[in-house]
Amino acid sequence: MLLMLLLLLTAGTGTGAGTGAGTGTGAPPLRGPALRSSPPVPASPSASPPLLLLPKPRAEYGAPGVASARSAAEEPAGGGGEEAGEQHHHHGGGFRVVQWEWSYVQTPYIIAIWLLVASVAKILFHFSQRFTTVVPESCMLILLGLVLGGIVLIANKKQLYQLEPALFFLFLLPTIVGDAGYFMPARLFFDNLGAILMYAVVGTLWNAFCTGFSLYAAKLVGVIDERVHADLLDFLLFGALVSAVDPVAVLAVFEEVHVNDTLFIIVFGESLVNDAVTVVLYKVYISFVEVGAENVQTVDYFKGVASFLIVSIGGTLVGLVFAVLLGFITRFTKKVRIIEPLFVFLLVYLAYLTAELFSLSAILSMTFCGIGANKYVEANISQKSRTTVKYTMKTLASIAETIIFIFLGISAVDKTKWAWDTGLVSCTLIFIFIFRAMGVIGQTWVLNRFRLVPLDKIDQVVMSYGGLRGAVAFALVVLLDGEQVRAKDYFVATTIVVVFFTVMFQGLTIKPLVKWLKVPRSTSRKPTINEEIHERAFDHILTAVEDIAGLQGYHHWRDKWEQFDKNYLSKLLLRKSVYRKSELWEAYQKINIRDAISVIDQGGNVLTSARLSLPSMTSRASFPEVTNVTNYLRENGSGVCLDLQVIDNVPGAKVEEDMETHHVLAENLYKPRRRYQSAYSRHFMPLGEKERQDREVFQRNMKSRMETFKSTRHKRHKKERSLKKRRGSDSKEDGNEKPRRNVSWQDKDPVVVPVESEEEKGEHSDPEKEKEEDEGITFVARKAETPKIRPKSVPAALEGCHSPPAAPYSPTSEDSHLPWKGGVGSPPPCVSVEATKIIPVDLQQAWNQSISSLESISSPPAPAEPVHPRVSALSRLGGPRPASYTPPGSLAGSTSSVGAQVAQGSFCFPEKKEEEEEEEEEEEEGALQEMRPLMSSLRPPGAMPPPPQPPPGSAPGSGKRRNPCVYLRSFVTAPPPPPPPPPPPPPGDSRSRGPTQL
Amino acid sequence: MGSSSSRLDRVPGAKDLMEETGFSETNILCLYDRFEVLDREERGYLRLEDFEAIQQLAVNPIGDRIIGAFVFPGRETLDFPSFVRVLAHFRPTDTTWSRSGSQPEPANSRTRKLRFAFSLYDQDGDGKISRAELTEMLQAMLGMQVTDEQLQSIVGRAIQEADLDRDGAISFDEFKKSVEKVDIDHKMSTRFLR
Repeated sequence: MLLMLLLLLTAGTGTGAGTGAGTGTGAPPLRGPALRSSPPVPASPSASPPLLLLPKPRAEYGAPGVASARSAAEEPAGGGGEEAGEQHHHHGGGFRVVQWEWSYVQTPYIIAIWLLVASVAKILFHFSQRFTTVVPESCMLILLGLVLGGIVLIANKKQLYQLEPALFFLFLLPTIVGDAGYFMPARLFFDNLGAILMYAVVGTLWNAFCTGFSLYAAKLVGVIDERVHADLLDFLLFGALVSAVDPVAVLAVFEEVHVNDTLFIIVFGESLVNDAVTVVLYKVYISFVEVGAENVQTVDYFKGVASFLIVSIGGTLVGLVFAVLLGFITRFTKKVRIIEPLFVFLLVYLAYLTAELFSLSAILSMTFCGIGANKYVEANISQKSRTTVKYTMKTLASIAETIIFIFLGISAVDKTKWAWDTGLVSCTLIFIFIFRAMGVIGQTWVLNRFRLVPLDKIDQVVMSYGGLRGAVAFALVVLLDGEQVRAKDYFVATTIVVVFFTVMFQGLTIKPLVKWLKVPRSTSRKPTINEEIHERAFDHILTAVEDIAGLQGYHHWRDKWEQFDKNYLSKLLLRKSVYRKSELWEAYQKINIRDAISVIDQGGNVLTSARLSLPSMTSRASFPEVTNVTNYLRENGSGVCLDLQVIDNVPGAKVEEDMETHHVLAENLYKPRRRYQSAYSRHFMPLGEKERQDREVFQRNMKSRMETFKSTRHKRHKKERSLKKRRGSDSKEDGNEKPRRNVSWQDKDPVVVPVESEEEKGEHSDPEKEKEEDEGITFVARKAETPKIRPKSVPAALEGCHSPPAAPYSPTSEDSHLPWKGGVGSPPPCVSVEATKIIPVDLQQAWNQSISSLESISSPPAPAEPVHPRVSALSRLGGPRPASYTPPGSLAGSTSSVGAQVAQGSFCFPEKKEEEEEEEEEEEEGALQEMRPLMSSLRPPGAMPPPPQPPPGSAPGSGKRRNPCVYLRSFVTAPPPPPPPPPPPPPGDSRSRGPTQL
Repeated sequence: MGSSSSRLDRVPGAKDLMEETGFSETNILCLYDRFEVLDREERGYLRLEDFEAIQQLAVNPIGDRIIGAFVFPGRETLDFPSFVRVLAHFRPTDTTWSRSGSQPEPANSRTRKLRFAFSLYDQDGDGKISRAELTEMLQAMLGMQVTDEQLQSIVGRAIQEADLDRDGAISFDEFKKSVEKVDIDHKMSTRFLR
């Protein structure tokens, strides 16, 4: 993309230089190597070839009679190129060993330098943390622009670089809009679509008309100077272009202010959409102005309205068409991973250009292309491509934004461009502020009657105050034709002031304002530990309640859309494999549950079951476990993590200081969804924190739910049934089969199999494997296990049904595709790979043992179990030691209660069993009978000799009484002793109590 | 709004519920829609599994407890009025409600809100948050990185901080006291249910 940009820039240079030189001059044919052609410059902005970085010739050279093309190309070199040019003149003729080819590299060179300056500026800004928290980046960039512009101006007496509309509209704006559209939180956007449209359309029209009329009135009254030659139409035009809230400016400021999501999306969405309104209004007025106010007929007004509709809807449609196209193309890029990201950039950009081509709203087009395609593209392309797309988009947008603001600063320095009229400037400033506020309040009042989430007063204040104007307004005003709009220079000056004022002043003050409004006091006090805990709990409660009450916005049409999406769009736009995967959330849930069940079932023997559970558990990307594996490898044993900070704390092991407690709490308390669901941010990459947390919590919840399931087993069937329903119509056929097949815990596969089998096919048919390289190891590990386990531990009789060892790996292949597994940013993927590598190697023996021991638990002779053949599955479930949910230091009572429940479950269950299970059970029985001799030697029930690597001092029993999380976590660490639950009020505790008591 | 009142007719006992909980018509209708969505099998009541099927709850660290607060153990099912009554805790506190009123405290009062939260901690229902209960809760809410020792230490400090009568557990009054500076109305009210 960047390369393409540069190429285009290069190609355009000829024109650029030509126009620059031409305050009347026809561009002389340029013969510079890079400047192949200099096409004529059309007047219309949308059709004009890129005019870039436009070096204005200095006064002395810039005169009409520029003699040679060579020099014409050289002189505009500007600040940095100054010396260069002179040097070149010294080497007049003859053979030169080293040639000075400035003209050859000029344009890309200048661009690169610009980017460098902008980027370095960013680095510098962020050096001072305190400074950046006070001053928004956009302000600093404008200031930098002012300084740079001043320097160039002083050096050259004339401004060399201007923000040119074509550069802005064809390159800078698309990168920003593309980024915003592609990473737009689509759901939030559509949730608030009504409000966004309202503010964007009605609000902008209101602003435009009111500002225009008021300015005209001010002119009539005489506040605005006579020199401003403008009539009503001109003022309306000006009002239109100055009324648009600018996405760039708003983004830049809001992002740093951290307003709430709703507010953010409304203002941001408004600023994206209202641009369409502004541009349309602008074009309509322009055409009116061209025709002349007196010639405008009534029909034309209707044409204006029609034009508005066509431009915005047309733009949206173009965007959606390209979105479909993009989704469709990425469906087939499996073999050409390397150019996958390119498709994304190209098509999104093409959406923009195409809309521009038909003079439709390019911004809308691009936004909707991004929003629409995101889901499918993200699912289709590989993990690495996703990262590439993300980083490139963010980089480009960030650069573009930087450049825009710097240019704004620079443009402002050039006095020749503008004419000052205090009346006009102050009137405009006042009017846009007042009307913005009035508009917001009025519309909010209307909206609040319909909205479920009313926008409160603070929101309204922030919205009014956040109406920043930016580069769009500036670009539009610069585009005005000075011939027709005679007051252009005044308008330009006023716009610049408006932009500066809104971005600088409002941008600077909005943060304190929000803070002041939002946190009305109570900042002086440090929260107590209790408060910190409870408040977080309250947050979680509220979040959960809102989820339950469905208040995140439930809409009928969204359900309809999702249905449509599932039935048609996804089938068309997603790869087959991916499409199957999209159902995996449910499948994942089920697998998880079953795994947990099976793990708990085998609870009788901590060590073996730990072994057994390993491959499946680790492949599930469960970081807790994985972390523990790593620790196990380090022979560290305790449930610590890799986080250095925490490890630092461990030696002391006592968090004695309040500070540290708070620190730990602050660091580790899960955040409620709304807070970590970070709004769109250009400058900071989310670090996968959300995914990590979700995963952790999800696993815990699943595990703790297992506890419940264990006790009331029959519920599971119902749950699964209900889950199945959720899978929708697609799986109906499966659903009919499943209830029958699903009963036995061993029969884990039914759910998985339909999904898996296709994937398997898909993957095996493709030797290169569609898998991402990152996950290759998982794949291998699984393969390695399969053959070894099956023949040994699973006799032929079991082949009919899905054998237990088969189950654990089957999720693996899918897991590797699960979105939450593939999180790029999440820290421990390397760990998980490591873990997967290790387990198969050292566990094969243990694995086999554990399988057999598992079987033998279920076999009739297994002691101390009330075994009837039909109940065997059950007894396996209930009989073995329940992984009692007893957190360290908690009451022993809960253990027994869980146990009791389990027992109950096992007694009431058999009646509910379905026939097939029984059959399976019987088959198993047979198989087990055959195996028993072998197993009995392997397994003295209850006290399994620790398989390889006997853990020093590990008492299997010690692990039994732990709560399931810890218990499950400990599986991985099994060999090294799970740290005995710290004695409830350990000395550390009493010590920690000490300081406060004093 | 004739249409909406006729829509209201399909909600059983809507008027009484509105009176009891203070929800508006829109709220009730909206909640009823939601209720019907959750009630996949159209049985007219919700079961535990219906709640567990809410995906977001699966990633809520204390989601299960909250489900428990809706579906009371032993009851197994939840009909619409009960559903609404539980949610009524999360209405913003009425400014008009006068403390001197003789009628029972509405569900959205500060005390009732806190009581709701308290019951999530106090799983055995003995009116006290024991050390074990607090540990359990915290464990659910804390990242896996926190060691048991740290956890214990935090729990210890928290109890010590709030436990005024030194009985090693936090009673409701102590709980209330410990969060008295927190803006409960803000924290425990959803804006949707105005």
